Amino acid sequence: MGLDIRLPIGMMFTVIGTLLSGYGLVADRAIFDRSLGINVDLIWGGFLLMFGLAFVIAGRRADGRPH
Amino acid sequence: MSLTTIDWLLMLVYFGFVLGVGYALKRYTRTSKDFFLAGQNIPAWVCGLAFLSANLGAQELIGMAASGAKYGIATSHFYWIGAVPAMVFLGVFMMPFYYGSRARSVPEYLRLRFDEKTRAFNAFSFALMTVFSSGISMYAMARLLGVLHIFDAPVLAMGLGPQYIFHASVLLSAVIVLAYVLLGGLSSAIYNEVLQFFLIVAGFLPLVYLGMRDVGGWEGLRATLPAAFVHTWRGMGSPETNPMGVEVLGLGMGLAFVLSFGYWCTDFLVVQRAMAANSMSAARRTPLIGAFPKMVFPFLVILPGLIALSGGLIPFKAGTTERDFDLAIPVMLLHYFPPGMLGLGLTALLASFMSGMAGNVTAFNTVWTYDIYQAYLNKTATDKHYLMVGRLATVFGIAASVLTAYVAAQFNNIMDVLQLVFAFVNAPLLATFLLGMFWKRTTGHGAFAGLLTGTAAAALHHGLTLPAGAIAGVKGGWLGVTHTYYSEMAQNFWTAIDAWTVCFVVTILVSFITRPRPDAELTGLVYSLTPRQDDGETRWYMRPAVLGVIVLAAVALLNIIFY
Repeated sequence: MGLDIRLPIGMMFTVIGTLLSGYGLVADRAIFDRSLGINVDLIWGGFLLMFGLAFVIAGRRADGRPH
Repeated sequence: MSLTTIDWLLMLVYFGFVLGVGYALKRYTRTSKDFFLAGQNIPAWVCGLAFLSANLGAQELIGMAASGAKYGIATSHFYWIGAVPAMVFLGVFMMPFYYGSRARSVPEYLRLRFDEKTRAFNAFSFALMTVFSSGISMYAMARLLGVLHIFDAPVLAMGLGPQYIFHASVLLSAVIVLAYVLLGGLSSAIYNEVLQFFLIVAGFLPLVYLGMRDVGGWEGLRATLPAAFVHTWRGMGSPETNPMGVEVLGLGMGLAFVLSFGYWCTDFLVVQRAMAANSMSAARRTPLIGAFPKMVFPFLVILPGLIALSGGLIPFKAGTTERDFDLAIPVMLLHYFPPGMLGLGLTALLASFMSGMAGNVTAFNTVWTYDIYQAYLNKTATDKHYLMVGRLATVFGIAASVLTAYVAAQFNNIMDVLQLVFAFVNAPLLATFLLGMFWKRTTGHGAFAGLLTGTAAAALHHGLTLPAGAIAGVKGGWLGVTHTYYSEMAQNFWTAIDAWTVCFVVTILVSFITRPRPDAELTGLVYSLTPRQDDGETRWYMRPAVLGVIVLAAVALLNIIFY
């Protein structure tokens, strides 16, 4: 298939991870009472961002190769 | 509940990517093969995840957590014995015939192996079933969005009454799925299924982590829940001693064999994902790759139900003392997730609904076009014409699902209803396939007679029995009640067993009195007449049989741990 699926997945999680961790950075700490005091937006958002970037890199590498 | 800007933003990002993927794939979708079979050009791992996700619609996420809260960890039987072994069987034994026969769909295989009438029977019943499933998916989503008041603010802001919230939810999901399936066909559906797979893991893993941390881990669950809820096998000896109200024979024969193999090995919705693979070897590995995550999915989708039950989070149905188990997942999301993660969790939920729907729609448009339209209405049109018919069928299928969504509104546990449908359609079909693939003497007349009588037997069994406490009607007993089961699940299992047995016996009997096809015509379609193929795979970890053994051993271990 012409489009390596890792590219859209990676891009989506890069965007989601950035938004989520960014929000976690600036959000009022009080909202994390629900999540047992853990800033799950920042931690999980950061993880998703890394996952997204890894997929983008893997997808780009594969796309560069001849099929 | 009011969502904040960040939640809406995350949801919009997802919708944007879903439509973007459809749009990006549009230029690769030129022929009917591209549209219906994804050009048979998809790598194994992508097919494997899509294989798993296509089944991961409303009935999984909402229904499995609901069953978890209702029946306990024993719900994982739907995964460990009710899916994984069948997936292994499909990959190791059946895939060579599906992929190798050059059939483009499951009904088409039936025509190659048997005859036209058997194909027609399967094509029509399958088309009906997919529309029904996708309608249920849609209904579940619309109801959920209504209960959570997610679209209240935007709908009311437009000056529309509260009844429009349901309509708006149905319409929104219908339009998005329609758009991306029309654009990229099966590839688009598969890509979005994989996207959804990762989203579900991303949305639910933190939920399970927080929930488990809160209730004190597995030990905490064991301390607060009745013993039967934290064991998969204990108490299965008799229907009186386990929350499911089933016993080992019904479970082993009904779920682990008939319903499980009937669904995973013959349902075109999932098989289509494997048939889109780029080689025979990839097609065979598809269900095996899917089996690995499938095995651990109970921890992602069933545990939230148990956590919600343990924490006393599940609300009662309005005006009753009956708990609304279908709300287990949503209340968990609301309880543990702050703004941000809440948006991600809800997006994962929406994604699962939509891809579950898209899975049904892509299977429907293929069967409609190849097995109904091309077979009976217009045999000699151009490829371009069939591509157009496929796109029209997509529109029609979604319209019919919308209709079903409104009909589905009267059922309360989605999973039980779907099991019932599978029992009527898939259970007899399994007997047909097993005999067709592994016994060359099976004839077309035999298969057809078996399917007819098997489906009739399912209906008859359902009409004559009733689960305890239910009223005769849609739950059974509409012909008079001769037997009462402990639970609806037990009734479904035995309906399936009944249907399978009747189909199996009738197919054999009729096959003996009708003339079989010559061996030469059955090469590539029947096990004993097809030379063993070597997929040229030398790496041991790529071999289907090796993967199959690893998966089965791991599942056996899980069953022992959670005994």
